[in-house]
Order: sequence, then structure tokens, then C-alpha cells
Amino acid sequence: MSLMQILKGDRGGQLFLLVLLLAVIAVPLLNALPAGHPAYVSTYTVTLLGKYLTYALLAVAVDLVWGYLGILSLGHAAFFALGGYAMGMYLMRQIGDRGVYGNPHLPDFMVFLNWQELPWFWYGFDHFWFAALMVLLAPGLLAFVFGWLAFRSRVTGVYLSIITQALTYALMLAFFRNEMGFGGNNGLTDFKDILGFSLQSDATRIGLFIASGVALGAGYLACRALVQSRLGRVAVAIRDSEDRTRFVGYRVENVKLAIFTFSAMLAGLAGALYVPQVGIINPGEFAPLNSIEVVIWVAMGGRATLYGAVLGAIAVNYGKSWFTAALPEVWLFALGGLFVLVTLLLPRGIAGLFHRKGEAT
Amino acid sequence: MSAVQEFFRRDRVFDFMVPKVVEGLDLTHGTVLYMEDVSVAFDGFKAINNLNFYVNAGELRCLIGPNGAGKTTMMDIITGKTRPDTGACWFGSRMNLLQMSEAEIAQAGIGRKFQKPTVFEHHSLCENLELSMAGPKGVWRTLRARLANAERARIEEVLELIGLVDEAQQRAGTLSHGQKQWLEIGMLLMQNPLLLLVDEPAAGMTHQEMERTVELLTSLAGEHSVVVVEHDMEFVRALNSRVTVLHQGSVLAEGSMDQVQSDPKVVEVYLGE
Repeated sequence: MSLMQILKGDRGGQLFLLVLLLAVIAVPLLNALPAGHPAYVSTYTVTLLGKYLTYALLAVAVDLVWGYLGILSLGHAAFFALGGYAMGMYLMRQIGDRGVYGNPHLPDFMVFLNWQELPWFWYGFDHFWFAALMVLLAPGLLAFVFGWLAFRSRVTGVYLSIITQALTYALMLAFFRNEMGFGGNNGLTDFKDILGFSLQSDATRIGLFIASGVALGAGYLACRALVQSRLGRVAVAIRDSEDRTRFVGYRVENVKLAIFTFSAMLAGLAGALYVPQVGIINPGEFAPLNSIEVVIWVAMGGRATLYGAVLGAIAVNYGKSWFTAALPEVWLFALGGLFVLVTLLLPRGIAGLFHRKGEAT
Repeated sequence: MSAVQEFFRRDRVFDFMVPKVVEGLDLTHGTVLYMEDVSVAFDGFKAINNLNFYVNAGELRCLIGPNGAGKTTMMDIITGKTRPDTGACWFGSRMNLLQMSEAEIAQAGIGRKFQKPTVFEHHSLCENLELSMAGPKGVWRTLRARLANAERARIEEVLELIGLVDEAQQRAGTLSHGQKQWLEIGMLLMQNPLLLLVDEPAAGMTHQEMERTVELLTSLAGEHSVVVVEHDMEFVRALNSRVTVLHQGSVLAEGSMDQVQSDPKVVEVYLGE
């Protein structure tokens, strides 16, 4: 499918990709201006924007399964965090002997726990390609096994949502344990460099921002292509009438499994780009609340539009950054209030404002 | 020792190697559906009780019976939604429906119209028909699928047949109740099934629409076998076919509409108590 075909009739998506392209070009240029210049964008802001872009990719992944397949996943932050951990493990290995204990073979937390050897599941993470593979495989495999069990037993609706929530909660508890070998409570942090570039340098931060933008654009296009295909139409058919789809001859569980796994891998990719920009990954990322927040972004932006998810993720997170700095105690009330307002007044989210009546799915 | 010999027998293969779904339907005996001694109970209530039911190839058959007679449960069993406690259920003389999933049964050639018209409301009529089309339904093939010209022509043809050409690009959710019924029949036709199970096609239809539905269903018989479940006696009479009366989960009477209506057992069930 060509780019034109994928974006045909998707006005919101075209606009979004244009803005994204401009941002990816303009932000590094503005960052290069002298610090006193009125249009100067600080490196701090660049990293913040990069973080928003990874959130947006996560939101797109959630919208794919919720908006188009009807699976309300309340556990997508788990896949995000797993991707993040895979990247974090690579970054830990890159520290080498520059850790606090200066042990060239073991990460700091293992030295602290008196471990003598690197656990087997840390093997291979010295190599970027291996970590990159794991960024997709770890969340993908979890989603595949989880989905295989859940969809085959025909768990749907609110029950499925509750299980996804339980999944992320269970993972959080597991990752909190030191014996798991992922740094326990403190997680993985104190990263030094990625692919040989220092994470503290402006150039690396801009590079990560651009990488996040490219990943978001590519992820968006992939989801859009999927939604435009016949498989996408089958997904919407499953969302609207699962039984009918089955009696027409589709294996509903296979379709769900494929799309759910793909979505989890996208979430993993988002997590992997998130971690080097924020500099830490800990079990808190598995917190059930995180997954619910993602769903709120998508609902606010507008379900089943994909670009609405991007819009929602960026708008809510910008609001969060602003509120938590200016009025920290008000933030959760503002978020709740906003959610109620959007649900009551804009059932199709912010994106619904741009839609003509009766259009799109 | 005998177990080892069993292992090396050359006149048969292991059970797990026998394909569950046999390619191609065997209709040499002229019967498309066999249901024999089928029983199913829900919490002790016998919804289907020792049911024997056969449908000939190309036949149009009506199924009537009071509420709770087990008509819908029977359809659930044929399409794989409900598994019976005992009995056998064969499609042609080689496909064991009891070992097939819903999707396999649909692919093998049994189409079903639900009691409540069920179409994909957010898709256009064209897309509804496209999705129902017979053909490969695997995930990867579906992702790569393109609508071929022959397929487009087939969609046009079916739209013509169900009389919804003008609404082709509309969303199915905007159709009237009767139109949805037709669209659903159209979706069945796209599946190109050998056996159509049609649950209450006339519900919510005007008199004119009903006449057209009778025409449509009668024209389908011959090429397809059609089983119609219906409450509307006028409609059943208009279909002018063999009628099976179901009562308390088993067949009470079978024959032409006139024969059935004069059967004292049937009269008692419908009028008695």
C-alpha cells in the first residue's frame, strides 16, 4: 500500500503527520539558537516533548485495540514498561565499570545484593541489536501468551479489562522483588550512554527526540494501514458484533491475538524510547493507574481515530506538566473533571470536534 | 504386545492424523444435514430431546413450533455455538459438525441468519458483503486482501438481488429493520453456503416486503438448502414447502402445511392446554 492510499480520507492524520514532521525538523533548529533568543527551545523542553511523543505512541497502540477491536486494555502500560526494561538493561550494561562500585561485570544493584554472577536472562543485553529485539519480543510474547489464553476462552468486555489490570499489577509486584534480578524497588537507572553517545549531551537528547518522532510517525502509519485493510474492517466487525463475525467464518480469536500482540509491541517500542529520555525505569511504571491514564488520554482525544489518541496524550500530559508545577494538589481533580466533561459533552473526544456528522467509524 | 501391534497396523492411521474437516462435501446420499438422537439440557431443562432431523440437498424446509420448542437451540447446535450432550450431527455424510468450530462450520458452507437482524452497523453495505464473502479468512490473507473485479461484480449482483443497490455506500446502521433482514440474507449469499439457516426472516416486515422475501427464499432453494424458522403462519404457507413441527425439543409432525395443520397432535399443542 502506498502512503497516499494509507492516508486517503484521513484528514486528521494528514494534518497530524505534517505537524509532526515540522516539529521534528523545527525543534532541533530552535534548540540550536542562542539561549537568550525568544524562540529558543531548551534541551529540557526537547526531552519533555520527546517523552510526550513516546506517550502518544503508547496511546496509538491502545486506540488500535480499544477503538478498532473493542478490547479495553487496562494493562498496556505493562507492555510499555517491559519494552522500557529491555532498553534499561542494555543501558545498564553500557555503564561498564563506571558504576558506583566499579565492577566491570555486574550492574551496581547486583554488587549491592552480593551476587557473584550475571543472571542468564541478562545475557545478550550488552548488544544493542539484542536489546532492540527484546524490546519487541518481550511485550509481544507476553501479549501473545496472555491473549492466546484469554481470547481462546472467549473472555470479553469488562472481565477482560479486569484481567489486563491484574496482569500489570502482578508484574508490578514481581518487579518490586529484588530476587527477580531487575533492580527491585529502585529499578534501573544511572545510565551513561547509548550506542556510545553520552545521554547527557544535547545532541543525543535531540537524536532521541527525533527517533521518538520517527517511531510515532511510523507506528501511526502502520496502524493506519492495518485499519484500512480488510483485516481492519474485520476488527471493527468484531468490535460491533463478535458472533456475527464468527458465523461469517472468521476465527475471531486469531484476529484479536494478532492485533493485540502487534499493539503490545508498539507499546514496547514506546517504552524503549521513553526510558533513555527520562533516565530511569522502575516497577512504578507497571502501576495500574498508569494504564488507566492511557485510556483516559485516548477517550479524551477521541476513540477510533488514531490521531485523536496522539492529541489526547499530548494535551493531557502537557496539562499534567503544567498543573503539577503550578498547582500540584489540583491535578488529579482537574484530570477527573476533564474526563467527566469530555464524556458528557464530547463523547467522541476532541477529535470529534473536527468530524463531520456521520463520518468514519 | 498387542498394543505394539496396534501401533504398527498398516490399514489405518492414528486418530489425531485424521483430518477433522474434510475438504469437499459428500452429498452422494442426497442429504445435506443429519441430526440423530440429539439431546441437550440446560440446568436439567431438556431444550432438545432425542431429536432426529434430516434436510435434503436443495430442499426448502420450514420449522415451526411454539416458544421454547428448541428451534433456536437447534440452530445453535448446527452452527457449533452449543454442543449437544448426546447424539450425532453431520453435514453431508463426511463432516462431523460436533468436532468443528463455528468458523470452520461457516467456512464449510453453513450460513446463519440470526433472529434479531445482525449486520455490521458501522460498515457500509458493500463492506458488509465484502466481509461475508467466501474465501480465505486467515489473518495474514485478510490483511493483504484486495477486492478483485470478479468479487466486486458478485457484490453488485447480490446487492441487486436483495434490492439495496441505491443504499450500497450507506452505513448498515442506517437501514430499516426489513432492509437489515435482507442485508443479512445477502451476507449469507456472499458466503455461498450449501445450507442456509434463516431464523425469523419476516419479523418486522411489511406485507410487501414479506412477499419479496418469500420470492427470494423460494428462488434460493434448489441451489442451496434452506431451513426457515418462522412464527408467521401466513408466511410459512406462502413458502409452500415441507414443514417440520418442533415441540418440547423433538419433532412432533412433518409434512405439507395442510397435513400438519390437520394433525390432531399439532392442533393440541398450538390450541390446547
